[in-house]
Amino acid sequence: MDRHIKVPLTGETASSLRAGDYVYLTGTIYTARDAAHKRMYETIEENGKLPLDMQNNVIYYMGPSPAREGKVIGSAGPTTASRMDKYAPVLLDMGLKGMIGKGKRSQAVKDAVVRNGAVYFAAVGGAGALLSRAIVASEVIAYDDLGTEAIRKLEIKDFPVIVVMDSVGNDLYETAAREYCREDGKPDTVKGERG
Amino acid sequence: MRSLSVSRVVEAVKEMCIEANHFLSKDMMEAMQKAAEAEEAPLGKQILNQLQENARIAGEDMIPICQDTGMAVVFAEVGQEVHFEDGILEDAIHEGVRQGYQEGFLRKSVVKDPIYRQNTKDNTPAVIHYSIVPGDKVKITVAPKGFGSENMSRIFMLKPADGIEGVKNAVVTAVKDAGPNACPPLVVGVGIGGTFEKCALMAKEALTRPVNKRSDIPYICELEKEILDRINSSGIGPGGLGGTITALAVNINTYPTHIAGLPVAVNMCCHVNRHAARIL
Repeated sequence: MDRHIKVPLTGETASSLRAGDYVYLTGTIYTARDAAHKRMYETIEENGKLPLDMQNNVIYYMGPSPAREGKVIGSAGPTTASRMDKYAPVLLDMGLKGMIGKGKRSQAVKDAVVRNGAVYFAAVGGAGALLSRAIVASEVIAYDDLGTEAIRKLEIKDFPVIVVMDSVGNDLYETAAREYCREDGKPDTVKGERG
Repeated sequence: MRSLSVSRVVEAVKEMCIEANHFLSKDMMEAMQKAAEAEEAPLGKQILNQLQENARIAGEDMIPICQDTGMAVVFAEVGQEVHFEDGILEDAIHEGVRQGYQEGFLRKSVVKDPIYRQNTKDNTPAVIHYSIVPGDKVKITVAPKGFGSENMSRIFMLKPADGIEGVKNAVVTAVKDAGPNACPPLVVGVGIGGTFEKCALMAKEALTRPVNKRSDIPYICELEKEILDRINSSGIGPGGLGGTITALAVNINTYPTHIAGLPVAVNMCCHVNRHAARIL
């Protein structure tokens, strides 16, 4: 189902979204990736104040390329979300309602999404030039020293994402791949698990 | 001997960093078009169309195809009759990367130390692979490598008894584990044989071969096709959101190996399989 929704999210909107929904987001979101998450996590551990209020907000896992003159931002597609898995549950428990990234998440993140009525969206990986056109304003609000990894406040208009994990525990990555799987039952695993 | 000023290397590397990050090669564009036509899943087809539009916007607006403009991998094939002047070849390659990432508005994604992680702010150093070849020319290939897919790459030190079935299973396992993380549709670079490091390097080199060109070795050519079929039967699909096109090509390079070993390296690359080459 195609939906147009406003961000920050309301609890009601977030919990009404379902895996597979194609959603256009309009409003304000924040960027943070590896280094910013590490720093926020350390701040929480020290009982410090975070540079943004998590309540109902959406974090986009993204570090843009530099903007050319006259442009709002450079290329701006999603980075792999699983690198933020260590930090995401605590942010969700603090009120974070949405995450935008790409790729699989851990069971702990999935549980935190369900527990908090939140949502994990995927943006199309490697479509950073196209996605930049849905970003109408960008401002660094914290951790400027981190360069591309600084926290940015973005104004977005009809930013296209797909719901991957919803508040009732669905995971589109699992269900969609199963739907198109045409294997004949050959074992595809080899000994020697990834270390 | 032929003399070559390293300033030409600086210029060529700079231009190729910018070119590769804004324009996909013709074989990649054609493969993406074919994939969009063949994909059976509606959402998968929509994603492939978006990726083609993304590539068009990148070239028109001079905005990188992907924000991860990569770590610059450089292959330098140096003719043994070439004498470099005006500086050091290695410094020239790094300088070309520095200038290219600065002037091309490319993202600086390199940290100085893998543990302490301060950004070097100019995307240097590059990762350089030299080879000495006959002749008086220098061929330089610049292949910026994004880490969404690099992180999903693997090495399997198989046993000789695992044979060709073991190789197939290893590659398919690596692709399934990568799933949506490596930004499918993928190009899968594979090295078979050699030693631990030779095998990995072959997998990387395989990614610079055009995706429409199969191996010259008949059985490897068949192996490339068979593994591609199996990958595309996995259902992972474009963006990992389900579909019949998970990879555009499997490129395999091989080398002799030891009586006790069968190394297999799988270097994942996303659909932004970037490379530019020039002969100086």
